[in-house]
Amino acid sequence: MPKIPLQWLAESVDLVDGHTAVDVAAALAKVGLEEEGIEGGGVTGPLVIGRVISLVKETASNGKTVNYCRVDVGEHNDAAESDGMVRGHKPDNNETFPPSKGIVCGAHNFHEGDWVVCILPGGVLPGNFAIGGRKTYGHWSDGMICSAKELALGEDHDGIIVLASPSGASDVTFPGLVSESDLVPGASAIPLLGLDEETLEINVTPDRGYSFSVRGVAREYSHSTGQPFRDPAAIRVTGARTADALAEGVFEVAIEDDAPIRGNGGCDRFAARVLRGFNPAAESPAWMKRRLDQAGMRPISLAVDVTNYVMLELGHPLHAYDLDKVVEPIVVRRAVKGEVLKTLDDVDRILSTEDLMVTDSAGGRGARPIGMGGVMGGAETEVSASTVDVLLEAAHWDPITIARTSRRHRLGSEASRRYERGVDTQLAPVAIERALTLMQEFGGGEIDDLWLDIDNTVAPTAIAMDVAYPSQIVGVEYTPDEVVAALELVGCTVNRDAESLLVTPPTWRPDLVDAINLVEEVARLEGYDDLPSVLPVAPPGRGLTHSQKVRRSIARTLAESGLTEVLTYPFMSETRLDELGVPEVDARRDVVRLANPLSAEQPFMRTTMLATLVDAVKVNLGRGEQDVAVYELGRAYQAKHIGVLPTVDSTDGGIRPDEVEALNEALPGQPRRVAGIMAGNRVRAGWNGHATAWDWADALAAVDRVVAAAGGSVVITQGSRMPWHPGRAATCWLESGEFVAHAGELHPKVCERFGLPARSVAFEIVLDDLIASTEGAIRAAEPVSQQVLAKEDFAFVVSDDVAAGDLVRVIRNAGGDVVQDARVFDVYTGEQVGEGNKSLAVNVVMRAADHTLSADEVLNVREAIIAAAETDFGAVLR
Amino acid sequence: MTDLSPLDSEAVEAAVADALADITLASTLDELKEARLAHTGDKAPLTLANKRIGGLDPADKAQAGKTMGKARGQLNQAIAARQEVLEQERDARVLVEETVDVTLPVNRHLQGARHPLETMQELMCDNFVAMGWEVAEGPEMEAEWFNFDALNFDPDHPAREMQDTFFIQPPNAGIVLRTHTSPVQVRAALERREALETEGRGIYVVCPGKTFRTDELDATHTPVFHQIEGLAVDKGLTMAHLKGTLDAFARSLFGPDAVTRLRPSFFPFTEPSAEMDLRCFVCNGEDSGCRTCSGTGWIEWGGCGMTHPNVLKAAGIDPEKYTAFAFGMGIERTLMFRHGVKDMRDMVEGDVHFSQQFGMEL
Repeated sequence: MPKIPLQWLAESVDLVDGHTAVDVAAALAKVGLEEEGIEGGGVTGPLVIGRVISLVKETASNGKTVNYCRVDVGEHNDAAESDGMVRGHKPDNNETFPPSKGIVCGAHNFHEGDWVVCILPGGVLPGNFAIGGRKTYGHWSDGMICSAKELALGEDHDGIIVLASPSGASDVTFPGLVSESDLVPGASAIPLLGLDEETLEINVTPDRGYSFSVRGVAREYSHSTGQPFRDPAAIRVTGARTADALAEGVFEVAIEDDAPIRGNGGCDRFAARVLRGFNPAAESPAWMKRRLDQAGMRPISLAVDVTNYVMLELGHPLHAYDLDKVVEPIVVRRAVKGEVLKTLDDVDRILSTEDLMVTDSAGGRGARPIGMGGVMGGAETEVSASTVDVLLEAAHWDPITIARTSRRHRLGSEASRRYERGVDTQLAPVAIERALTLMQEFGGGEIDDLWLDIDNTVAPTAIAMDVAYPSQIVGVEYTPDEVVAALELVGCTVNRDAESLLVTPPTWRPDLVDAINLVEEVARLEGYDDLPSVLPVAPPGRGLTHSQKVRRSIARTLAESGLTEVLTYPFMSETRLDELGVPEVDARRDVVRLANPLSAEQPFMRTTMLATLVDAVKVNLGRGEQDVAVYELGRAYQAKHIGVLPTVDSTDGGIRPDEVEALNEALPGQPRRVAGIMAGNRVRAGWNGHATAWDWADALAAVDRVVAAAGGSVVITQGSRMPWHPGRAATCWLESGEFVAHAGELHPKVCERFGLPARSVAFEIVLDDLIASTEGAIRAAEPVSQQVLAKEDFAFVVSDDVAAGDLVRVIRNAGGDVVQDARVFDVYTGEQVGEGNKSLAVNVVMRAADHTLSADEVLNVREAIIAAAETDFGAVLR
Repeated sequence: MTDLSPLDSEAVEAAVADALADITLASTLDELKEARLAHTGDKAPLTLANKRIGGLDPADKAQAGKTMGKARGQLNQAIAARQEVLEQERDARVLVEETVDVTLPVNRHLQGARHPLETMQELMCDNFVAMGWEVAEGPEMEAEWFNFDALNFDPDHPAREMQDTFFIQPPNAGIVLRTHTSPVQVRAALERREALETEGRGIYVVCPGKTFRTDELDATHTPVFHQIEGLAVDKGLTMAHLKGTLDAFARSLFGPDAVTRLRPSFFPFTEPSAEMDLRCFVCNGEDSGCRTCSGTGWIEWGGCGMTHPNVLKAAGIDPEKYTAFAFGMGIERTLMFRHGVKDMRDMVEGDVHFSQQFGMEL
């Protein structure tokens, strides 16, 4: 995001007296430009230029290698003795040195003889960090040799700043920033590094391309503060313009876009002008380099620096060609499939037919790509150290073409960032004028009088708006004069006819296309601070839906059962389903795959909650927890293999119901689920009892509670599927016969694979049908009987393979209406009941609605139960 | 020892005094029982004296009966009183002896808890439901049309790039993991537009839920997070109503003095758009060293604005007749600054201790 040096900004708008970067940031925030950071400032001297005259590497006791440096800092050197030498401070006072100061430095990117920047005792670094002399690593150190980071000059530069390295041993940190005459030991480095200048980085929202420039930000600052704005683009364009590409004396250019995207030609303006006899060895002035550096761009050469400088200032990207290397004519056209361009960053780009290219005619008309229009230039024709004739291009590219090319090649450049947000259509000649004038000023040469300007840009469309519209939307009463003044301030031309306004936006605001956009301009210029606060009264609502209420109950009942709610990421690996033992053919293998997963190992969306919930268990076990019970309410995702979603073709009057239905149908299944895993103990050992482990029954009990919380009841059948234990897990159904859950003990192999304690248990419940099944149901109350209960116990010996649940069902049926409840309260196997048998003890509670059951009635029921158990299961009463 | 005569009132009184002394001296219920038997049992002098009344001259009987009645009354009363005192003493002693150490750990059952991101959503929703708003939900895997197109994101506009989107394979399928809960706004509006037009029933909904962006997990980012958004569509709604709603929401979560402010911003689906800041509820803007607001006095809380007419059109609502506002904030972020959670990772790793410190409600 753009970094705006404050002094540069001040050339286009008067800063309010005393405004620092913090104040400017606050002013800009009021009109919609958010601060991203502030660099520079906050340094007070002595911060001086020094030359490292000696550097001794020493290994400290902590194993770290440090440099004891003597640095010539001119007038700040230690006091010289009669022989002209200086004696160090204690403990370095036994040695003498040439005039210098001693500084200990831990960085290693510099060498003897280098020019560096030192902060000396008495100086203050950003962050209010005061510097003093101190003893360290067995030496007296008078301050620090500074890094760019310490000086808040940016995070990008590692190591200390090397201003110059005469030996060539070190990389220079800010190449081209200093000239030889700047290198004076002891001279202040503050103006040299621009540390007296603050730079404000702002976050430009995608609708405000024009704020990617000093010009745009200055205008916004002016809007916020009322300070006078001086448009840096308000300069006179010299020479003779021609729109005739074939005119004598202009470099021929042809725009031949035969494949506009969404009806927009890719290039609607192409201006070009030539500077001849330029001195390629000329250096950019120090102030320009400094500003480029502050703005986050590397100074490269005068021609390139100027194009960048003008882009930063006016917001219009430019491209400088070496005229000798470009073969007339330049043709702007879409790329041919498979065409290749080596861009300035030295990458070979394979082009698509949607990429708009600048080509020249080396090898035939339009045969050689020399740039990706509006994104990045080509390496072959760029200006170089031998360029004497410069062909400067200022073109206007279509945002859509630029956005697509930039995205396709993952190539975001300073130019593409601006073009895809919108660049002023009328700026090209001005940008060229400004740039060539600067190049000429510092590099000499002659600017051609005749210049080409193919201009097919369309003037902004006027927008009709009722003058009261802003007030209606914002809720603040703006007078018509206020509305007109605000719009004129942002650069609009306003024609007013009574209550109707016809507003023509300025060419630098392509984002202003509808009346609602104008409302925002009025609102933000008038300020959001004075908005009244009025609470609207909503019509009486319907409250939470059945589903929302039930899900809250379910979450709560599980938490109250001792389980802790967690939220896991729904991403899973290829192997996770294998680890869970899911068969090759299984609905859980119908996974949805992400096209761009965060981790290549986890490209799938879970088809079962357990796939990711198990990770939460592992986290807790890994941290030493032994008893872990967790649950998650969420969604699993089920592929439908429908392919590509239907398109919505009509948005006039909104998406049609059939279109909504078609989209919904084609979306992957996203069933709501709740799952839990319980490992270790449910009840801990204590002074008053033994520990009780979570077991398969607890998993089933959890299903029971969840279904009850939804207002339903469960029917259990023996057996489940992976990842459950084949003999110690159940499949659960609603009374209507719909599947609702799997629950029970996990398969021993699964526990082993995930490192779960043996006999860990789990459940997974599908919620959509369950919740829907009780929606709107009104339960009829049964009268409470005031009769006394009759209780009968039975102990049936049955074969081992008789399920208790089946026996209980038969007992209930046989007992008839008077049976209120039947429960197995004991299971016994052993010698007394014989091999292959078990005894099930059942307690049956009976009651009639209208009378106390007589002994005969109870006996009749009892006999009926015994008879049925014998008939159905061969049960023998013990 | 001579037999006590029921007529010898002096002797009877002496016997009574004797008995009363024994009763008073009885320090246990057993001793009292002994005293009772000694003084009121069959062989007790007073009992025997009472029996002798029958053998007296009729003329003396009345006098003797009166003397003995009084004596027995005194004794019974004293025994009952003493009995009560001693029983109380015994009860008190037994209860003391039965004392247990109530500071022993009592609950051996594993303690469960809700996840605070869930309870935070419920808390937020309840605040809106109380004002008559409804809670709308929608799919997490969403059609691009709902996630972007309906929300005025041009397919080629850089705004589409602002939200780092997870795409479902194949990338041209047109399905994404929703990057915000805004598509639910459109769905909720579609479902309610008929009531809006035929009954004039304004649409007031909040949309909480899971959202996804391709951010790596770190202390302040997570690829899977939660949002709550709000949408109000009605006749005559303005930004002032938006501000009023946000203020009310802020007060419900941060107390009666909570204040919000708006700053201009940009979102494709709102115009005008604003960033919403909450006055720092910790330092109230008075501590330049405040950790909650970094000394700025304001906490960035979310985005908002007047719903763009194109969004209303996509939902089949006439922007000439109705205006609308929308807002949205991150649940994680709200939890972080409201409860001082320092690291996003605590919320997503699944460590049960994170949830357990919050219990069942926020």
